[in-house]
Amino acid sequence: MSHRSLFAGLALLIGASLLIGAGEVRADGDGLWLIAVSRAPRTAAALLAGAALAVAGVIMQMLARNRFVEPATVGTGPAAGLGLVAMTLLAPAAPLWLKMLAATLAALAATAVFLLMVRRLPPRDPLLVPLTGIVFGGILGAVTTFVAYENDLLQYIDIWMTGEFSGVMLGRYEFLWLAGGAALLAYAYANRFTIAGMGEEMSRTLGLSYGQVMALGLGIVSVVTAVTVVTVGMLPFVGLVVPNIASRLRGDNLRQSLPALAALGAGLVLGCDILGRVIWHPYEMPVGTVLGVIGAGVFLWLLHSPRAHAV
Amino acid sequence: MPSRALILAGAAYAASALAFLTLGARGDWGFLLLFRGEKLLALSTVGAAVALSTLVFQTITGNRILTPAIMGFDALYVMIQTALVFLLGGVGFASLGALPVFALETALMVAAATGLFTFVMGRGDDMNRLVLTGIVFGILLRSLSALMARMIDPSEYAYVQAASYARFTNVDGDLLWIAVAVVLAVGALVLAQARRLDVLALGRATALTLGVAHERAARRLMWLVTLLVAVSTALVGPIVFFGLLVSAVTYQIAGTWRHAVLLPLSALIAAALLVASQTLFERVLSLQSSVFVVIEALGGLVFLYLVLRRTPR
Repeated sequence: MSHRSLFAGLALLIGASLLIGAGEVRADGDGLWLIAVSRAPRTAAALLAGAALAVAGVIMQMLARNRFVEPATVGTGPAAGLGLVAMTLLAPAAPLWLKMLAATLAALAATAVFLLMVRRLPPRDPLLVPLTGIVFGGILGAVTTFVAYENDLLQYIDIWMTGEFSGVMLGRYEFLWLAGGAALLAYAYANRFTIAGMGEEMSRTLGLSYGQVMALGLGIVSVVTAVTVVTVGMLPFVGLVVPNIASRLRGDNLRQSLPALAALGAGLVLGCDILGRVIWHPYEMPVGTVLGVIGAGVFLWLLHSPRAHAV
Repeated sequence: MPSRALILAGAAYAASALAFLTLGARGDWGFLLLFRGEKLLALSTVGAAVALSTLVFQTITGNRILTPAIMGFDALYVMIQTALVFLLGGVGFASLGALPVFALETALMVAAATGLFTFVMGRGDDMNRLVLTGIVFGILLRSLSALMARMIDPSEYAYVQAASYARFTNVDGDLLWIAVAVVLAVGALVLAQARRLDVLALGRATALTLGVAHERAARRLMWLVTLLVAVSTALVGPIVFFGLLVSAVTYQIAGTWRHAVLLPLSALIAAALLVASQTLFERVLSLQSSVFVVIEALGGLVFLYLVLRRTPR
């Protein structure tokens, strides 16, 4: 697939996203107002979250040196949720940016722990890595559920954690630009991440400060995950499925593949969001649920298609 | 000392059952024993169902980190329940009655599990890929259930909610007796096959050499496993990692590989664990949270321990 067709498809999705929804867009002042306050911010939020999560996913896969991990399942996402719950309980009046900071720190700690565990796993068992990550994320999720249950926050957590764009309006999504900025930073350092993905020894031989690149990658993954979890909720499978497809289309040189990867991620999330708006019109299906079905299906296909053996 | 392990587990179960029945008791003993006795029976039934299904499943698939719940069997049950409410409507669903619904759901599950099982046996060589498939399959089923649950009328959603979270507050009386009967019957059947399980545990090739038709025996046992999973999920909802916790503890303290010991031992351990932690939660800590949340976290930790402890072969 060429860049041109990829971005043409994305432009089509953006147009559809601006026009489709519960309300009808008319060519007058009201219609413009609807687009400016609701549809355009919503579209931007989906694009930013999708692109940033796809980039975070590919960096996570380079850090863990495994194609089957993504931040949402290996503990980064659940940890961000746990940080959010902790802040809600300890300092309910704290401003949003402070909550986001707490979520980011929790995400950072959990990702570091996960990477330490990965180092202890036998290198010949690549599928143990995602498995361990999923169980680790499950434990963090159980802790969150426990704390939330004891404090009657279960429903609040459920709503907060399920990825959804229906609440996005002008003034309610702008933190997502932070995630977009982190993704741009990743593009600036793309060559170093590509080398770091070849492993520690190879990186050192090529004169790369492996530790620094790892730290930068950890930071980018944590910021992107925490910001998306706090502003729109958990969007599963984006960071997992998109890098795998982008790698098949464009290879593993990040400098070349990142634009296509970001476009694919943005398109996937926006497409699923539009689908969620249409499926059950005029009600809405949260994009997190739609992604759960579609993403899991694609992942199973990736896992069992012949190419998957080249893990 | 296998017999000592059994006696120890039996004593632990008796002690926790006694504590569960008597601790913090006030008021009319007749009512209290009846009320708590029913809960005790339900907890023990669920424990036994989870333990036996996990152990048998691990023996026929020949590994220690796979359990029916990890492979998505529980999610399958929830999904079938949601689909039934979605298709029949809450009233239609409720008018069927507990027994027919349970029978219908179990039949559907056995059919689906047979398909899954054929898949499992076909790819027995690559266990990790299989586990990952199971987990993602579980996520897929849960997302599908969530998708349908969104479209169900809120007043009818209660039927679904009861099935989709592990909880232990209201156990349906009719269902409990069905469950007890099924677990007793299936338990006896499985125990009668203990020797065959011993042979199956040696692997497909050895089992065939020793004259056990591996595929046929494994398929029959898988039906029993599915029945047990259906029972425990119907009673308390999906519990993912508890079976793993139980089987790990069982192998650790059994000191034997004979299923005649392993099977009852695991059932006792599971029941004792469930009853003891429920007692601790309800009576001692007076927490309102579902005990399964903590058990899930513990089971997950056991999994990480099992995986990280393994030295490269």
